[in-house]
Amino acid sequence: MDIMNWLGALPGAGAQGIVWGLMAIGVFVTYKILDIADLTVDGSMVTGAAVCAVLITAGVNVWLALLAALIAGMLAGLLTGVFHTALGIPPILAGILTQLMLWSVNLKIMGRANVALPSRQFDLILNNKEVWTTILILAGFSAALIALLYWFFGTELGASLRATGNNLNMSRAQGINTNFAKVLGLMISNGIVALSGALLAQYQGFSDINMGRGAIVIGLAAVIIGEALISHRSAGFIVRLLSVIIGGIIYFAVYQTVIFLGLDADLLKMLSALVVAIFLGFPYVKKTYFKKSAGKGGKTHA
Amino acid sequence: MLKLQNITKTFNAGTVNEKVALSDLSLTLNPGDFVTVIGGNGAGKSTMLNMVAGVYPVDSGNILIDGVDVTRLPEHKRAAYIGRVFQDPMMGTAADMWVEENLAIADRRGKKRGFKWAITKKDKAKYQAALAELDLGLETRMTTKMGLLSGGQRQAITLLMATLKRPKLLLLDEHTAALDPKTAAKVLEITDRLVKENELTALMVTHNMKDAIAYGNRLIMMNAGRIILDVAGEEKKNLTIEALLAKFSQASGAEFANDRALLN
Repeated sequence: MDIMNWLGALPGAGAQGIVWGLMAIGVFVTYKILDIADLTVDGSMVTGAAVCAVLITAGVNVWLALLAALIAGMLAGLLTGVFHTALGIPPILAGILTQLMLWSVNLKIMGRANVALPSRQFDLILNNKEVWTTILILAGFSAALIALLYWFFGTELGASLRATGNNLNMSRAQGINTNFAKVLGLMISNGIVALSGALLAQYQGFSDINMGRGAIVIGLAAVIIGEALISHRSAGFIVRLLSVIIGGIIYFAVYQTVIFLGLDADLLKMLSALVVAIFLGFPYVKKTYFKKSAGKGGKTHA
Repeated sequence: MLKLQNITKTFNAGTVNEKVALSDLSLTLNPGDFVTVIGGNGAGKSTMLNMVAGVYPVDSGNILIDGVDVTRLPEHKRAAYIGRVFQDPMMGTAADMWVEENLAIADRRGKKRGFKWAITKKDKAKYQAALAELDLGLETRMTTKMGLLSGGQRQAITLLMATLKRPKLLLLDEHTAALDPKTAAKVLEITDRLVKENELTALMVTHNMKDAIAYGNRLIMMNAGRIILDVAGEEKKNLTIEALLAKFSQASGAEFANDRALLN
């Protein structure tokens, strides 16, 4: 076995893992906080990459390009939010509709299926040649994002989003505009996802129309791995967010490892989906098929 | 304080499941009225409360709270005037949030929620004092997740949340029905105290005729989406369960079809 090769690939896997961990924090905002499974992300991740790549190749400053990617992602989230709240479309379907629309939008932004973004030609903030510098920068992004979200979800407005995800009836009875909260949450989530797409485009040196396929599954995997291995539901908010990033890193470390072990790379998406299905289904299976019969005789509320 | 003018609501209109829930219903509550509401299943009690709270729009009629026409206001905007407690103890609180966070959410009812910290030191002291008054030992559990508390504890906190910012109107929708008798009695006692201390105007739906007679200053009985009995003051104090049942069969031409009310 080529153990040195495997070791050599690990920092790269780590860098990729952090980028996807950032993306997974976006998924965390909708899936864990708002209790919405938002499939917009498969499209908005590419939107972020596309906007960033096109702007940088046009000579725009890389930070401005990142900002533009963030805003583009938020607009995608806004659209899903409007589909869901104003038109009453179930959130999963609303996300799928936006995702499909974004396929066309992304192609139009890029003008073709992919845009090269070579680091030797453009002034990027990260790339896959200087992996350790890249990891450092990505760690900085993670820390800033976690700090920002910690602050936001501690504010009155942020608390209203958490309440909305927890209990719609209670939230409305306490005067929270739950539709606004959902739209805002979707915008924040997709903004983060698009930003991670923009970072990924710089890291891999191109933006591609297919790069977001199955992003939701990888994001969920990172959230679930982090929750299973590091945090649990009662952990503090910072620990929970940090565990999502670490979940992303573990996902890519495992990914890299199974490839080195000779697994057919074509099977990876299937395996990812299966792993996520098993983790998502675990609580239900445990409750339904392995329940102790002591709970018979009706539920008690007191 | 509350004025319902000719409220009509039909669910599933034009289908075989058509159900007239409220039929030309009018009701006026004076400030400080604590009204208990009884009636059989499907009489329109909960629908009336949901109409006031804005859960569903009315088909026709007007709703005024303290002179303000709220008929077209969405639920979350009406919340500025209304405190609510539901039958299901899980419904009134956010299970994954702390006790103090739930109270902080309730404390901002009717205010704009911005970028100020959701809960301050001053808030915490205030909530702790309020929890201590419930006399359930909850003041030591400020950072316990709501979902870990019992139904009775959650219902008591929901009551506190509904009254923390003094509402113009308190709506209680069978809020003790899902609790065991001892806990129900405790929650009712807290309800009565909070209503009196804050001089609230309240509507309390109950299936328990004894409670309906014992609490509040006024009692209304509903049937088929209408108010068929409205008594207050001395007359209410002298009511008996037998008299209520008799009035019910007289007004509706049917037996009071609700075992729960009789068993209680």
